[in-house]
Amino acid sequence: MAEQEKGRDGLIAEIEKKITEAFEVFDRESNKTVDGREIGCIIRSLGCFPNEAEVQELLAKIEEPDGFVHLENFLRVMTEVLLDRRFQPIPEDVILHAFEALDENKCGYITKEDLVKHLTEEGERFTQEEMEDMLVVALDPETNTLHYRDYRTKLVVDETKIFPFNV
Amino acid sequence: LGTLSSPNSLRGLTFKAAVLIQQWYRRHVARLEMRRRCTWRIFQSIEYSCEQDQIKLHNFFSYLMDQFTPSSSKERDFISRMFISGESYKEAELEKYCDYESIEVPDSYTGPHLSFPLLPDHATALLEAFQQKQQLHARYVLNLLHETRKHLKQLPNISHVSTCYSEEVTVCGDLHGQLDDLFLIFYKNGLPSPSKSYVFNGDFVDRGKQSLEILVILFTFLLIYPKEVHLNRGNHEDHMVNLRYGFCAGLSTISRVHGKKILRMFQNVFCWLPLATLIDQKVLIIHGGISDTTDLEMLEKIQRDKFISVLRLKKRKESSRKPQIEAVNGESEAGTDAAGNEAAPRLSLQPQSAQAPNTANRLEFSRWLRQTVQEQIDTCRRLMDISESEPEELTYSSVVSLKDVDEPCWTRQEEWKQVLDILWSDPMPQEGCRENKVRGGGCYFGPDVTEKFLDKYSLQFLIRSHECKQEGYEFCHNRKVLTIFSASNYYEIGSNRGAYYQANKTAHMLTMTQRISRVEESAFRALREKLFAHTSALITAFRSYDGDNTGKITLSNWATAVESVLRLGLPWRMLRPQLVRSTEDGMLEYKSWLDDLAMEQRSQEHIQSSLLEVIYRNRSNLETIFRIIDRDHSGLISFEEFQQTWKLFSSHMNIELTDDGINDLVRSIDFNKDGNIDFNEFLEAFRLVKQRPS
Repeated sequence: MAEQEKGRDGLIAEIEKKITEAFEVFDRESNKTVDGREIGCIIRSLGCFPNEAEVQELLAKIEEPDGFVHLENFLRVMTEVLLDRRFQPIPEDVILHAFEALDENKCGYITKEDLVKHLTEEGERFTQEEMEDMLVVALDPETNTLHYRDYRTKLVVDETKIFPFNV
Repeated sequence: LGTLSSPNSLRGLTFKAAVLIQQWYRRHVARLEMRRRCTWRIFQSIEYSCEQDQIKLHNFFSYLMDQFTPSSSKERDFISRMFISGESYKEAELEKYCDYESIEVPDSYTGPHLSFPLLPDHATALLEAFQQKQQLHARYVLNLLHETRKHLKQLPNISHVSTCYSEEVTVCGDLHGQLDDLFLIFYKNGLPSPSKSYVFNGDFVDRGKQSLEILVILFTFLLIYPKEVHLNRGNHEDHMVNLRYGFCAGLSTISRVHGKKILRMFQNVFCWLPLATLIDQKVLIIHGGISDTTDLEMLEKIQRDKFISVLRLKKRKESSRKPQIEAVNGESEAGTDAAGNEAAPRLSLQPQSAQAPNTANRLEFSRWLRQTVQEQIDTCRRLMDISESEPEELTYSSVVSLKDVDEPCWTRQEEWKQVLDILWSDPMPQEGCRENKVRGGGCYFGPDVTEKFLDKYSLQFLIRSHECKQEGYEFCHNRKVLTIFSASNYYEIGSNRGAYYQANKTAHMLTMTQRISRVEESAFRALREKLFAHTSALITAFRSYDGDNTGKITLSNWATAVESVLRLGLPWRMLRPQLVRSTEDGMLEYKSWLDDLAMEQRSQEHIQSSLLEVIYRNRSNLETIFRIIDRDHSGLISFEEFQQTWKLFSSHMNIELTDDGINDLVRSIDFNKDGNIDFNEFLEAFRLVKQRPS
């Protein structure tokens, strides 16, 4: 029993160190605070896949009136998130189905117009900037279409090269 | 799917799909952003630790002056040659030494020809020539430098620019020898002209490969459009800094014969660069920053050419100095008067002897050394105090390169601090003003300091450079301070953008694609090299976590141990996957990990690995020391000089090394049998390793 507890304590300590590291990368002034708008980025780089609503919910718990977040609050909340394994990754086949759902004619690609329409008008809307950034990489410039299978594979490969989060 | 679904459920489906895609995509972007910032952190921490090396170097020279007692006559001679130069240049001598008229331009030369006074056509010719990778002949370079110096001498310390006369003023930050960035700025913004003013805010040289070309272009435009082009001095327009950061190296490869002269001239041109530029009495442009004691009135009055280099040696200890002079000279040491000003010591002005006294007494030698150096300083100080005649130009040996080594009179000290602060300070978010220990000079100044300063002189705004910013620019202190950095891809392709600022317009950005993975590769390569350079210390640290001597440690302990040794403040857990390839059940076999690192670095198999490690760790310091020894800038030092330097350096740094170790090292380098080492080749041998794919 004691061994288990010690193990768990060690685990928590390690999790806390990882969270602190990620936090400090965004801590511009080295004063243990980050801009609330970067919290989503930090959470995601720790291996989680929250959507915007979930990020906002978390942020609401810890954001100060001046828009900043303190390390100690973030640590508290985030440690629980990681221990509970919340915001799990989206499995590959689910993403594939999501793209297929936007592909009305089932031809394996989505036109630029459709993509922009869906992602900027539906769901948790992309900003103009986000949309443009995605298009730059995702679109095949000659046909102005997104071949989603290739795109998805490409992004997945890139990701596995870095920062796999192992609890 | 298809025709059977009602429109509502279809919409619901696509809505959900959109949410998923957005969620997934945002995660991807966050990952990229984290990678980008980590990479940035790596570069910055390594760069700053490099600047700390500079401090170590200074401590080394202080050590040589204060505490080291040579053990043989050879050592004595060697050290004395390092410190005593006895070179002082008057105006006429400078002209004679760095004369260009006797240099012939051969018929085979296909580069641009300059004639004075310069015309816009000359500038165009130069730009075209440099774009085609041609070089300007040494004669024209020297001629240009002479004319530039003449021009700069008549400029005040603070240049004044008015936007009434030219429609726009463009401010560019650090260029650091990156000619392509200058070309891009000219391309996007236009060349300097009567309707287009430019201010170049220092750090034109070092690091990038085309420092000389940049200077030639900037000086040319300066002479063609003297009212529209303004140059500020940066901390890299400084001889001591040039020795370390590559400008000197670049010159000697360009022209073995004339490199020396060109370098001398540059020393005498840099010190005449103005210290600041003021636009419309409202916007102050300086290279580094300010401090809570920055005084524009004092800055306007000082003789700026006195500061050939602003880097200083540590103060020598009081007690060790005074008695010695007494003993040697037999004269009593002058005391300090009531105002704390030191009265001029009563040493007679004897001609400098270039030879060390021929005595076996070590102590006497040290005394002699200290006294001679002190004499030199006093001579120069005395010459400077002669106000009627034209101030004489003085260049010291590169080590003793300034005026304030030892309790100078307070105004000299204060003047020096004013210049140092302007060139080396950085803004900080916290209030107050404190010493800039990271850079070893200048200070960190807070928003309150800025506010007070702007208020005092009725200014609106400060523009400075000195720090690389990812986007090329950054506002701080309530948008009262703008940092502009123009050398893009400063650390590596894609590491940052360059920017330039247009007065009265919002800041423009030079957009350059950021290729994250390539930058990362470069950052990690540098980091792996650093790790390798600390192999022994790392093993000791790892072992302390491996009590049972299993050869393995947890990844968590790995991260803690690495930070305790390297002290770079990096997020090691985030970086780990790039540094540690394989683990067994969450444990790392640290010895084989370190061996893998070594395999990547090692080029010379037969060199003792600890020696290699030591060289890696101290490479930049060694390089600087070598360049100081190579006083005729020929690129060659003798085997003995090398040995001597190494011995001195290692004894100071407490590095244990046998004579055999040094001999092995030298033997493995190709050097011509006359006992000279082309040390460029020596250093290249280690640089080449970096370029191999890992």
